[in-house]
Amino acid sequence: MSLLRNVSYRVQHVWRRNLEVSLFSWKTTVLPPLLEPMLYIFAFGVGLGAYVAKVSFQGRLTDYLTFMAPGMIAVGVLFHSIFECMYGSFVRMRYQRTFDAMLATPLLIEDILAGEILWGATKGLFAGLAVLVVIAAWGLAAFPESLLVLPVAALSGLLFAGFGLLFAAVSPYIENLNLPTFLFINPMFLFSGTFFPLDGLPRWLRAVAWTLPLTHTVEIMRAATFGALAARLWASFAYLAVLTPLVCYAAILLMKRRLIK
Amino acid sequence: MEPIIRARGLVKRYGTFTAVAGLDFEVGQGECFGLLGPNGAGKTTTVHMLCCVLPITEGDVRVAGLSAREFPRRIKAMLGVCPQESNLDTDFSVVHNLVAYARYFDLPPAEARRRAEALVDRFRLRDKAAVCVDDLSGGLKKRLLVARTLVNDPSTVLLDEPTTGLDPQSKHQIWDEIRAMKIAGTTVILTTHYMEEAELLCDRLIIVDQGRIIESGAPRALIAKHLGGQGTLEDVFLKLTGRQLRE
Repeated sequence: MSLLRNVSYRVQHVWRRNLEVSLFSWKTTVLPPLLEPMLYIFAFGVGLGAYVAKVSFQGRLTDYLTFMAPGMIAVGVLFHSIFECMYGSFVRMRYQRTFDAMLATPLLIEDILAGEILWGATKGLFAGLAVLVVIAAWGLAAFPESLLVLPVAALSGLLFAGFGLLFAAVSPYIENLNLPTFLFINPMFLFSGTFFPLDGLPRWLRAVAWTLPLTHTVEIMRAATFGALAARLWASFAYLAVLTPLVCYAAILLMKRRLIK
Repeated sequence: MEPIIRARGLVKRYGTFTAVAGLDFEVGQGECFGLLGPNGAGKTTTVHMLCCVLPITEGDVRVAGLSAREFPRRIKAMLGVCPQESNLDTDFSVVHNLVAYARYFDLPPAEARRRAEALVDRFRLRDKAAVCVDDLSGGLKKRLLVARTLVNDPSTVLLDEPTTGLDPQSKHQIWDEIRAMKIAGTTVILTTHYMEEAELLCDRLIIVDQGRIIESGAPRALIAKHLGGQGTLEDVFLKLTGRQLRE
């Protein structure tokens, strides 16, 4: 547990560094999270949705666009936090030697890694907020319930950033990161109730889907945008709340082992 | 006088490989101390243990009386480290590199900015202040790296091969800066492959080979001892470490 003791307020310096880099290149860091979900919403919600009959959610029928829109909030959080801490952190660790430079200052490796996770989560939260604004403007989100999306985006952002750093920690080369993308991120993107209700899946696949963290993020976010909050969501929240510290701890531990020999 | 740095039985092992095999040395306040040795001798590993980046396998280092095992943050706050290879922030400009680095030492923004500007002038980087680090020549990067070393106003600086790959002009400029540090009373630990540089700048040095100290003393004293005063530090170095290639 000395790992946790070594995390200090100095994480803000790491976070701030990454923020400044992002702000310098805001066109590439701000526009994609805003425009990407629009792409999905148009392609699937508007385009494909025209051919899809009503979808059932919690016993009520809804059109496809309304159904899939909250899934895109979750996807925005997933992609932007996990890729930041997979590729972004890997590049800073290996190629830019940013961590090496920071290590010669009062920062400890735990500060640096926790700062990276915090930053990844921030990007995820921002992406989630961006999609929420878009779908709210479209009239697809109920308020005030939809505000619950934000804390869930922050929590999920931490979780996915932790997963990203974990994958970076165990990948010898940057090319190896294709593997978790193919085996974990893409299946999760498709099978977490993002694009279709899980009820239609075979029983075993449904069981697998419920182990995926994104399923729980989507579950809460969809209930929020539908204005249909229910007690069963606590289970999904608990799942995320328990998994997040475990994954972040493992990420910091393994990355520290890799870097400090 | 109490030494500012005291290494006792310093050992670094990676599995079965021993990189540093038990170093004992002391560095006095304001001294320029050379850490010499062939490639793979364990110089950089030693520097990394001194600046609390690498865990120590055995023994201990004390900086200003503080153990590196117990007080890494406090020690790192007192040190300035110039790494062998550039780890400047390639996403930032010259001046922003200094400001951002100062922030890691908890310097308030106004003070960070003030120090960064002063270092830009002192290291004659004014023309390049707004240039992104990626677009600098090797010599300018090294100059900025040495400038960054001073951003926290360290009492001890560790310079790991600060002049490797530089043209004579840049090399002399960095030597002048090292002399200025000495005059300011800063303790300097210098690793180098240039014996001329060590002879010129170091008050005292150790020669390390295969992780052990094989000789120590002032450059002139070593030349007197091994060559009867006739020759250079390089001759002494080759006499002691042999001519066969390392690694």
